[in-house]
Amino acid sequence: MIEFLQQLINGLSQGAIYALIALGYTMVFGVLRFINFAHGDIYMLGAFAGFYTAPKLLSLTGGGPSYEGAALVLVAAMALCAAAGVIIERLCYRPLRAQPRLTVLIAAIGVSLFLENGGQFFFGADPQAFPEIIADSAIELPASWGDFALLTLTVGQVIVIGSTIVLLAALRTVVMHTRTGMAMRALSLNPLAASLMGVNTDAVISFTFAIGSAMAGAAGILTSIQQPSIDPLMGINAGLKAFVAAVLGGIGNIPGAALGGVIIGVLEALVVGYINPTYRDPLVFAVLILVLLFKPSGLLGKAEREKV
Amino acid sequence: MIFPALILGVCVPALAADPIRVGEFASLTGASASFGQSAHKGTELAVEEINAAGGVLGRPIELITEDDQSQAGQPATIVRKLISQDKVVAVLGEVASSKSLEAAPICQQNKIPMISPASTNPKVTEVGDYIFRVCFIDPFQGTVMSKFARENGWNKVAVLTDVKQDYSVGLAEFFIKDFLANGGQIVREQKYSTGDKDFKPQLTSIKASQPDAVFVPGYYAEVSLIAKQAKLLGLKVPLLGGDGWVGDSLLKVAGKSLDGSFFSSHFSSDDASPLVRNFVDKFKAKYGEVPDDMAALGYDSAMILAEAIRTAGTTDSGPLRQAIASTASHAGVTGRITLDAQRNASKSAVILTIGDGGFRFVKKVEP
Repeated sequence: MIEFLQQLINGLSQGAIYALIALGYTMVFGVLRFINFAHGDIYMLGAFAGFYTAPKLLSLTGGGPSYEGAALVLVAAMALCAAAGVIIERLCYRPLRAQPRLTVLIAAIGVSLFLENGGQFFFGADPQAFPEIIADSAIELPASWGDFALLTLTVGQVIVIGSTIVLLAALRTVVMHTRTGMAMRALSLNPLAASLMGVNTDAVISFTFAIGSAMAGAAGILTSIQQPSIDPLMGINAGLKAFVAAVLGGIGNIPGAALGGVIIGVLEALVVGYINPTYRDPLVFAVLILVLLFKPSGLLGKAEREKV
Repeated sequence: MIFPALILGVCVPALAADPIRVGEFASLTGASASFGQSAHKGTELAVEEINAAGGVLGRPIELITEDDQSQAGQPATIVRKLISQDKVVAVLGEVASSKSLEAAPICQQNKIPMISPASTNPKVTEVGDYIFRVCFIDPFQGTVMSKFARENGWNKVAVLTDVKQDYSVGLAEFFIKDFLANGGQIVREQKYSTGDKDFKPQLTSIKASQPDAVFVPGYYAEVSLIAKQAKLLGLKVPLLGGDGWVGDSLLKVAGKSLDGSFFSSHFSSDDASPLVRNFVDKFKAKYGEVPDDMAALGYDSAMILAEAIRTAGTTDSGPLRQAIASTASHAGVTGRITLDAQRNASKSAVILTIGDGGFRFVKKVEP
């Protein structure tokens, strides 16, 4: 029982990472009906942004790992990734907006390969050790919890899950309670009508990319707290799994992305812990195939009827 | 950063003589870059020394090194290139058994002798009689840690294997066989793949089985993360491992979480013998760092090849192969090396422990 709960906690913290990345996929799809294949590599850029800025930022807050320092690194990485997302959109996707869908999809693949190989060129292909921004340690649970005190919860896991909840809540506020959020929702319903209503399409799309990329950047930092080994190809696997999570939850649906992320994370942990680690990846992709076969709109998505 | 391009070893020509071309394939970049970089440095140092002393048979050695980027599929391509385009007389490489296994059939087919500095999986030399190694093999290495565990009273051990590496799978098998045959208990077996970053599910399962120690016969990149996450999950028992742990990022990433763990290896830089001290000093003078196993084995492999060329009096493949095969009692920096009938070296292993930010010698184990 304890082992099962432990695996759930492991899965939850990994799932939080997938949820954050999946948000980017789902928001961009919602607004542009396009899968940004380069999104997983923004996650990698976030980790490297943290790698390069952490030493300076940590020295501003006293030198060693600290919560304030970590928060600074997180904000820096999110800002840098938001900028990267906006630049990529401006340079590579906006000029292709009038083109057939396939063109911009292939452009996205090209951007992804560019980021991965460029990363290997500039950052080096070897795995690097991410600096410690938080002194990670196990949390001692009170003995009065009986058997449950045997569970190990690490500071890192609590921070990952906590930060994800905060970021998701912030995103929901932006999307539901601000004018820009309303503009995003309008664009995803009907781009032409939205622009006729006075929505600045270009600005809203840039904003969507900025937020999605910032989430991925945050995921990059949060992941590096627990798995401090980063390399330019780390975005491939995480990006693919997050994409499956986004589809599972309903592509275009923001709560769906979060739900999908958590489900995939927990599923992975259970498969690795109880069945066989070699089945982990096949199972996740099997989920993708099953979802597309039986409920393509995802768990929380609504089947859209095309009215002719 | 070293670009994955052709790196030509520059040699000091003793005379304006026709150089002897020796190929080397190693992981200079990528996930196991530490292995390749170390082995290459050791090999390069040996070639420099040989050439400074006049070369072999009056000819300098030209070392042609190619980077396989730690990726499967690359060794085959670059070894083919070394043999057909660069026309090398022999090939030195690789550290990782999986990569040696990829290249060995090509060398065997072309009758070009191949000497692996550090591949310990027995299958490597089984490919054919042109494939040699200057290190011990895993059937021996598995027993080393198994015996050490039992000597320390750790009779219930969990094993965490990297299923993508022949080295890890083989070493785990040999450890388990010996451990069980001597009354030990394997309480849990878990697996991971090279490149994985999250091991908490496997470690949670291992922790639940309450082992006295955990055997992790993997490569340094994953072992460092495993150690860190094990400590976080409250798994306090010592970790045991093999020579795959030797990598420069091991301690950088793992920090203190590997303190008190043990692993078997080929070489201890603390060795007081004059031969080793001389090697360590020269290596430090040239590269500014202390050599590790892979560097020492790279050095020995190049030296053995040079000696064999001298003995054979020629670089023709048949006589050269014969000369390498009859290497006996070569005074290497990793010990006295004699190649047996299976073209493996029968040598002692050392057990090292980790503490105070470095490795410390514990004991030597004879075969």
